[in-house]
Amino acid sequence: MYTTELEKQPAPALVTIEDPERLAAFEARVAADEYIEPNDWMPEAYRRTLVRQISQHAHSEIVGMLPEANWLTRAPSLKRKAILLAKIQDEGGHGLYLYCAAETLGTSREEMIEALHAGRAKYSTIFNYPTLNWADIGAIGWLVDGAAIMNQVPLQRTSYGPYARAMVRICKEESFHQRQGYDLLLTMVNGTPAQRAMAQDALNRWWWPALMMFGPPDDNSPNSAQSMRWRIKRETNDELRQKFVDATVPQAELLGLTVPDPDLRWNEERGHYDFGSINWDEFYAVVRGEGPVARERMDARRAAWDNGAWVRDAAAAFEAKRASRKAA
Amino acid sequence: MKDWPLWEVFVRARGGLDHRHAGSVHAPDADMALRHARDTYTRRMEGVSIWVVRSADIVASDPAKGEALFEPAASKIYRHPTFYELPEAVNHM
Amino acid sequence: MQPNHIEALLEVADDSLVLGQRLCEWCGHAPTIEVDLSLSNLALDLIGQATLLLDYAGEREGQGRDADRLAFHRDAEAFRNSMLVEQPNGDFARTVMRHFLFAAYANPLFEALTSSPDARLAEIAAKSIKELRYHLEYATDWLERLGQGTEESHRRVAEAYDWHWRFVDDLFFDSEAWKSGAESGLWPLRAQLRPAFDETLNAGLARAGLAEPKPVWPIVGGRLGKHSEHLSSLLATMQVLPRAHPEATW
Repeated sequence: MYTTELEKQPAPALVTIEDPERLAAFEARVAADEYIEPNDWMPEAYRRTLVRQISQHAHSEIVGMLPEANWLTRAPSLKRKAILLAKIQDEGGHGLYLYCAAETLGTSREEMIEALHAGRAKYSTIFNYPTLNWADIGAIGWLVDGAAIMNQVPLQRTSYGPYARAMVRICKEESFHQRQGYDLLLTMVNGTPAQRAMAQDALNRWWWPALMMFGPPDDNSPNSAQSMRWRIKRETNDELRQKFVDATVPQAELLGLTVPDPDLRWNEERGHYDFGSINWDEFYAVVRGEGPVARERMDARRAAWDNGAWVRDAAAAFEAKRASRKAA
Repeated sequence: MKDWPLWEVFVRARGGLDHRHAGSVHAPDADMALRHARDTYTRRMEGVSIWVVRSADIVASDPAKGEALFEPAASKIYRHPTFYELPEAVNHM
Repeated sequence: MQPNHIEALLEVADDSLVLGQRLCEWCGHAPTIEVDLSLSNLALDLIGQATLLLDYAGEREGQGRDADRLAFHRDAEAFRNSMLVEQPNGDFARTVMRHFLFAAYANPLFEALTSSPDARLAEIAAKSIKELRYHLEYATDWLERLGQGTEESHRRVAEAYDWHWRFVDDLFFDSEAWKSGAESGLWPLRAQLRPAFDETLNAGLARAGLAEPKPVWPIVGGRLGKHSEHLSSLLATMQVLPRAHPEATW
């Protein structure tokens, strides 16, 4: 779910005049549910959109390690510590798979990371919110990974082969993430009053940001039609958001937690839950990089990359020496 | 400051199977590429053997020449056992 | 297993626990994503070992303490890990050097424990030794790359070596509890593991192009509960939730 169109207006793209014959053949292949592979001809706009979407997805996985890692050293049992570490490690792996998928389109991982650190690339708004108590770890698994799965499952059949294959692997590995989050919260709501209060507090803080993860409403979502045609987006933001609310509200009830929305009610006629309006001003502020811990997240990522430079250099220099010895 | 080169990772899921492409990793050299592949692609007991090869060393066929490369095989149906109709008594051949 | 043998068992368990906890601090902050995944794997191995060993120690103690009780409800003075493993991560060179020294010690130790007459201990060691062999290989590979990489990496890894070397005797300290277990034939004296360690050490240093150690005044006390300043802060972070909510389960 880290793939939502976050730019309100798409960046003024270079207009590329494509060969109409090749373009028509490409569109026909995509329409016939064929997969596009790295060396195949593709229109520049398709390539650019994919690099933006896949790298944004990858950045989200990597930045998304930070809010959870914040509680790793304070995990309250050895079992929870191991589960959380394995989960965060998966996020790192998913970031890695996705960067590699994007690299097949001719943009290096280094370029993508530089774009992130320079503030030119986006990542999911959700990770700019702080994790304030242990139940947040449960809420992230349940709500954030739950939202992510809704978006990622259909992407397993996305038109770009390397992206689709990365998503297959990711979806397989993610299947335990949401369950462990719910399991964590289930234990807490059945625990002490303080634990129940933490769980409710976590839901209060994460509910609306989770709904925002699906991106702007459909009438304000640029590029959607083209992305749907190209099978790099399979359902609209509002469809996915509704699906998420419908699936999640009964799960909250089972936990005995209250969803922080006074307008939330079942609509018999629609067969869906009605829910209150989302604060889009807040959403766009977070997209602009003004989320509560946006600066901290970027600081941490830049520090990791910059502090690791001498390590990457050392290993590269070692190999260069070994190779030149071999050649001599 | 540069990132390490890219390697393609092939994993044998269990004895008797071919190595299959699993994905890629960045690594400074072949030994570390194997370690990174192990830590990235066999965390859930997905493999018993790993190959790595520098992505730059892969030689690939040109998709634009797909017709010339692969379509001529389509007409050679006599390469398939089902092409031959034999009497019932020996049809298990 | 006598009560003091259980205390000696904590020396082994706490090394894994504290080092695993330290490695958790790298999560999300490593030099590349691949290294992040590798460090997480090392940490997961160590936390797994600690869980098995602490559970067993608690069982033998017979006072209803399980691994979590022992991990989260003991004060620093009751921890029996060596001071080496509680040292802060520092830069990547310090983390690599700390891990190399630990793994060079833990390999002959766990190898010996696989033939302990205590079947449960032998079983835990048999599982752990496979992990620790990989830890040693991984740390040695990095030691070599840092030692022979750039001028900066060589300087940093030499500094890391200088930093950690004074704690190596603490790693090998034979407490009375450990000696008693050794007399009962549960495990060898740590002093007996030292030649194997020295061999691994010298081979690793040679690959890294680092000078052999100079004798220094050893800093010891970890196996007796006398730690560096760092352990209590590490535990304050690690134990905060179970200590604040002693009646809760998680």
